Amino acid sequence: MTKHFVSDTLVLLGRSLRHISRSPDTIITTAIMPIAFMLLFVYVFGGAIRTGSDRYVNYLLPGILLITVASGISYTAFRLFLDMKGGIFERFQSMPVARSSVLWAHVLTSLVANLISLVLVVLVALGMGFRSGAGVAQWLAVAGIMMLFTLALTWLAVIPGLTAKSVDGASAFSYPLIFLPFVSSAFVPTESMPGPVRAFAENQPVTSIANTIRDLFAQQQVGGDIWIALAWCVGLLVVAYGAAMAVYHRRTG
Amino acid sequence: MSTDPQMTAERVRGPVIQVRGLAKAYKELHVLRGVDVEVARGSIFALLGSNGAGKTTVVRILSTLLKPDAGTATVNGFDVATQAARVRESISLTGQFAAVDEILSGRENLVLVARLRHLRDPGGIADELLARFALTDAGTRRVSTYSGGMRRRLDIAMSLIGDPPVIFLDEPTTGLDPQARLEVWQAVRELARQGTTVLLTTQYLDEAEQLADRIAILHQGRIIANGTLPELKRLLPPAKVEYVEKQPTLEDVFLAIVGDDGTDSTAGAASPAGTKNRGTR
Ligand SMILES: Nc1ncnc2c1ncn2[C@@H]1O[C@H](COP(=O)(O)OP(=O)(O)OP(=O)(O)O)[C@@H](O)[C@H]1O
Ligand SMILES: [Mg+2]
Repeated sequence: MTKHFVSDTLVLLGRSLRHISRSPDTIITTAIMPIAFMLLFVYVFGGAIRTGSDRYVNYLLPGILLITVASGISYTAFRLFLDMKGGIFERFQSMPVARSSVLWAHVLTSLVANLISLVLVVLVALGMGFRSGAGVAQWLAVAGIMMLFTLALTWLAVIPGLTAKSVDGASAFSYPLIFLPFVSSAFVPTESMPGPVRAFAENQPVTSIANTIRDLFAQQQVGGDIWIALAWCVGLLVVAYGAAMAVYHRRTG
Repeated sequence: MSTDPQMTAERVRGPVIQVRGLAKAYKELHVLRGVDVEVARGSIFALLGSNGAGKTTVVRILSTLLKPDAGTATVNGFDVATQAARVRESISLTGQFAAVDEILSGRENLVLVARLRHLRDPGGIADELLARFALTDAGTRRVSTYSGGMRRRLDIAMSLIGDPPVIFLDEPTTGLDPQARLEVWQAVRELARQGTTVLLTTQYLDEAEQLADRIAILHQGRIIANGTLPELKRLLPPAKVEYVEKQPTLEDVFLAIVGDDGTDSTAGAASPAGTKNRGTR
């Protein structure tokens, strides 16, 4: 059965991508909230925030990219939930389709959809004055980290997608993820925060990931942050994947 | 349908579905308490039962979606618990509620299933089935715009792709109008004629009467009766002969007025003249 894993996954990926192309609003709404945050922070709060970089939007963008993914993955949970609910999932389960293809198709779709949303956000940022001297290698590194981050969060999103009892339940889990960047170095440097908040901010994943991406954009030497960032992403990916697969096998036997 | 060739096939190859002592409980609710059933290859087998009797539960176990608590079941010679993958290659399921992709068109749904069954020429297969189920005109429309009956026909069409030897139909005609019902019956007979085994569940006794070679009644977790229609009729006291004027049933009337030419109900109402001609007896 696994001999068809790749082809089955591609067929199901094609199906999901068609879903997205027929409701492009999901990609737009994914991008709108982070863009609104970006406008708000750059043009309203930005003047009062001291970051040490010449343009605040340069400082801000990495965090905005992370928020984009955090809100984008809730659509994976949503689409998976609808599949479960609608019975098409059971049809696939009763067919000689490679077992995990159904999940992988949703996960790969999430990668594609989030990539498009991220590109939209970057384009708006460029319009707002974001500039980076980063070369191809740095951009690829940024893309790689974002993909890893998206992959990890998407597998996390698979869990509520499989277990939720309602549409709201399927997407509500992403709210805390969207909130996480606010208590990190994404918007303001952590030095300005009071002790315990600062301790939390400096030791949660968003800070190391945002700092790494910011350094890559600024063509600065990436410090130890990149290893912490990668460790967080890979760690989360492994845990989320394992948990999602366990839930999947428990639900489908 | 003659039963003799099937009886021979049965003896030669054995039952295609074999269920022994099947038990399943949802927490405290013991839905199945030891179900024993055998279905002969190429036959139409109807599982009857009232709401909540456990028909869907049996079908879900046989189609590898649910694990039984006890007992064994084999489909096409494969054990549903230990050879689930082989079972899935042998079956096709039309669940109680239409399992179609609402966002795709009807044709895309069929192509999707044909691809997942690794068949050649998915497009050709899709077009052929659209024609067979009177869905050609609606083929490129999104399924979310389909009526309940169209959705059900598409659902059944999707289950025929790949000619699996065993097909499960869970209440295939619930919610269909009389014409669509007759079309589904026709499709089921056609399947059996080609040698496919059909296990269907239904709450309509006439459906079982019309279609099934054998009928089993599931009640309180067990099969309480199992046999051909004449055998089941023999369980009752002999019929008394009474003379009653034969009135057309409402179904006869409905079919006469609307026209039972098997086209989509959107194809237009019968002409008043036609109504009069067909309506009078
Ligand atoms: N996942 C579940 N959890 C708890 N109870 C369930 C579950 N699935 C089914 N049941 C219960 O098991 C019993 C049998 O359900 P099943 O769907 O098999 O009946 P059915 O014969 O198909 O009924 P119907 O004619 O209404 O479709 C019902 O009482 C139902 O409420
Ligand atoms: Mg049922």
